[in-house]
Amino acid sequence: MTDDWLIVASVLGATLRIAVPLVLCALAGVFSERAGVIDIGLEGKMLAAAFAAACLGAIGWPAWPAMAGAIAVSALLALVHAWACITHRGDQIVSSVALNVIAAGLTVVLGLVWFHQGGRTPNIGDASRFMALFPDAAGAVQGWPVIGPLLAEGVLRHNVLVWVTVALVPASWWLLYRTRFGLRLRAVGENPAMVDAAGISVGALRYGAVLLAGVLCGAAGGYLTLAQNASFTPGMTAGRGFMALAAMVFGKWHPLRAAVACLLFGFLDAVAIRLQGVVLPGLGSVPVELIQALPYVLTVVLLAGFFGRAEAPKALGRAYVKER
Amino acid sequence: MKHVPAVLPRWIDVVLLPVLNVAMALFAAGLVVWAIGQNPLTAVQLLVQGAFGSALAWSYTLYYTTNFICTGLAVAVAFHCGHFNIGAEGQGTVGGLGVGLVLLAGDAWLPAPLLVPLAILGGLLAGAGWAFVPAWLQARRGSHIVITTIMFNFLASTLMVWLLVNVVKVPGNQAVESRLFAPGAVLPSAQAVFGAFGLDWPDTPLNLAFVLALLACVLVWAMLWHTRLGYALRAVGLASGAARYAGIDPRRLTVIAMCISGALAALVGANEIAGVHHKLLLDFVAGAGFTGIAVALMGRNHPLGIVLSALLFGALAQGGSELVFEMPAFTRDMSVAVQGFVVLFCGALALLLRPPVAWVYGRLAKVPA
Repeated sequence: MTDDWLIVASVLGATLRIAVPLVLCALAGVFSERAGVIDIGLEGKMLAAAFAAACLGAIGWPAWPAMAGAIAVSALLALVHAWACITHRGDQIVSSVALNVIAAGLTVVLGLVWFHQGGRTPNIGDASRFMALFPDAAGAVQGWPVIGPLLAEGVLRHNVLVWVTVALVPASWWLLYRTRFGLRLRAVGENPAMVDAAGISVGALRYGAVLLAGVLCGAAGGYLTLAQNASFTPGMTAGRGFMALAAMVFGKWHPLRAAVACLLFGFLDAVAIRLQGVVLPGLGSVPVELIQALPYVLTVVLLAGFFGRAEAPKALGRAYVKER
Repeated sequence: MKHVPAVLPRWIDVVLLPVLNVAMALFAAGLVVWAIGQNPLTAVQLLVQGAFGSALAWSYTLYYTTNFICTGLAVAVAFHCGHFNIGAEGQGTVGGLGVGLVLLAGDAWLPAPLLVPLAILGGLLAGAGWAFVPAWLQARRGSHIVITTIMFNFLASTLMVWLLVNVVKVPGNQAVESRLFAPGAVLPSAQAVFGAFGLDWPDTPLNLAFVLALLACVLVWAMLWHTRLGYALRAVGLASGAARYAGIDPRRLTVIAMCISGALAALVGANEIAGVHHKLLLDFVAGAGFTGIAVALMGRNHPLGIVLSALLFGALAQGGSELVFEMPAFTRDMSVAVQGFVVLFCGALALLLRPPVAWVYGRLAKVPA
């Protein structure tokens, strides 16, 4: 019986851990797209940030400064996106695709030159990583019936970034729906001309939103190398940025719903990992690929409007041109 | 703002600006090469040597070019209809799956001259079918085609993994791949074709799919600019509302354009599965679908431009892999980064230089503003 609870607890704990970078990227997508700037470059920014964090961690920077470096790199890429799409009114999709490809190429090129390990970075020392917050307490409560494993695996073994991310979800909601900045940000994604007529700079608001998205993607990337893994491997984001994009669409461009979608996708992933090679009585071996494909299938079905309707912000993807 | 004309002569928009944009992208790539402590000019010299220095190098370059032509055309056809097809990767994967399944099913009892065209047809249909669903969802349900094609890329790779592991994998074999096709049931390699005429040619992955890709270029060119369908397709891309007013159904054209696009991407599958590997395996598209975006943008969505830019990326892929021996820091990934710069400068920042160029032109030509 304790074993069963341990399995449940570890799947739930894994769900949260897997969901963290998804949630951060999905929130990034929500901010950018609610302001009217398409961002399919979540993946690239996260990858670049993961690489930056791993490099800084590998040369001995402590965890928080390494995280700051990761965020700076991702924000820089976000600025390029903003400069291309807002200042020069370039195509937002093309610009984000460019960032994804540049990040995929440059991280490996630079990794090879700096570390000579086939694009990997050396392992990051524990001093530079975000470790479990209360490992001792986790060991102590592990033996308690039922709630012991839940408490240990689901709460105490997580690192600080997990809880920061959990806090960021309601904070994002508050920022978007309860502040003047949030109101303007949403307005600029629906009807930029109106915002402009009110005497507020459309460009500045969009720059702010895209930059915020860059910061969040940077945190997601930093989490990947400083907390979840201990080094950078080429292409390690493995489509997480796109899955976050799916979660954002699935959550109808709303921070709370997007976060719930991320948890759902994280749960599916955790279950798929757990069920790898397991043979269930009566069902045979579990088609793990099917579970892994589910987030994408669900997103397509939702987009098709077969259950609920996902309405994108009205001005999404359109550069703002002042009327003359 | 005197002397700044709003309308520039055609040669500036069609030739000068694209060339300047490519130059900026290559300059950015040069900066990266320089930043990692290599001489960019030496790199270019070695690259050209590695890509065009011998018959062997040419052969490999053209093999890579084949894939990039196909995906470049795929992206371009969708572009002309006003859609952005990020799904060439998935369509190529499913196209290759179609080719492979037909070959696996028929190589025991059908003669090769009948089977191979049938397999390619199967691949084209599979690729078109994979593009049909996102296209239909866009046309009928308004789901954004960019998001759905991204999702379909992931679905394609998952489908491929599942099929290979559970259905077509050789039992007892560790590698996740199908059995080899019967020896004759493949697209003949360049060596075999030239050999038939008594000519000597090195043994490379280059095969008859290259000719198919060039043929596709001609067909796409003829279709886009010399048929009613192409006219309607471009009309929808330029002004969907006006096209509807003229009696063209944009929804129908969206579906048709995307199916053509998917079929073109599927040619990558024909090249890789029927022409090179001669078995079904994972990840054979290897990013060509994304390179296609850079190729189409750089080639200005015109088949001739696409052949030229595909050749450039083919040379980068081949020259880059040769360069590793001379400059260990320079791998295939460098060419990925270059693709990124090309997409950025030729796509997103395509209009960056237009104002300064217009200013200079206005100064030189003394055009009244």
